[in-house]
Amino acid sequence: MMQYGLLVMGAPYSSPAPHSALRFAHAAIARGHRLAGVFFYHDGVHNASSLMAPPQDELNLNEAWLELHRLHDVQLDVCIAAALRRGLMSESEAQRHGKQVFNIEKPFELTGLGQLLELQQRSDRFITFA
Amino acid sequence: MATPDTLLVIIRHAPHGSSWLREGLDAALVAAAFGQPVELLFMGQGIMALLKGQGSGAPGQKASLPTIDMLEMYDIDKLWVPKEALQNLDISTDALVDGVTLIANVDIPDLLQQHAKILSF
Repeated sequence: MMQYGLLVMGAPYSSPAPHSALRFAHAAIARGHRLAGVFFYHDGVHNASSLMAPPQDELNLNEAWLELHRLHDVQLDVCIAAALRRGLMSESEAQRHGKQVFNIEKPFELTGLGQLLELQQRSDRFITFA
Repeated sequence: MATPDTLLVIIRHAPHGSSWLREGLDAALVAAAFGQPVELLFMGQGIMALLKGQGSGAPGQKASLPTIDMLEMYDIDKLWVPKEALQNLDISTDALVDGVTLIANVDIPDLLQQHAKILSF
């Protein structure tokens, strides 16, 4: 059994990276491996937006990540600097920045790059999807 | 020789075309600030990040060179640059910031193998 960590840097609906990462996550877990966590960085932070609303015949990637968390309790960390820059924020960040809306909710967590390095430290295999 | 903990950050994108360079450098700086040894490998157009005397990008875009100049302060002193890539881009070593280490393409697999931890931007 291996401990895997995933780094997702591709945006939903413009890069195949999130699809590949999700498929990899499910395949690894199905084979008995553990998923230590997923870190969203660069354009990958858009995966965390609860406001995405794709047509009904397309996979809602945000919900797909929530499903992964629900089934396997996988930690979903989002780089706060990359997210704020791109207009993604939690309720508390929205208050801090005087914004009317927010689009990041639990189980997604806004966190620093230190968490990315920490995830890499505790993973036997750390894989980038970009 | 890299320690088992050494992080290799690979930069493959030129400044200003995207935020890959800036966010890659951010990851390198955070790792260094946490006390992890860090080395950088610039490949392909990523080498452009090392050009001396470059300014900021289009209005409103921050320059990346000040961050490159800051690396030494964070004890990041290994800046690997593949020799052949320099030739391909017709860039001489004099045009780059001080302190780069040239590496031959054939030695890059070894460099990657010495690093258990790699982030690619």
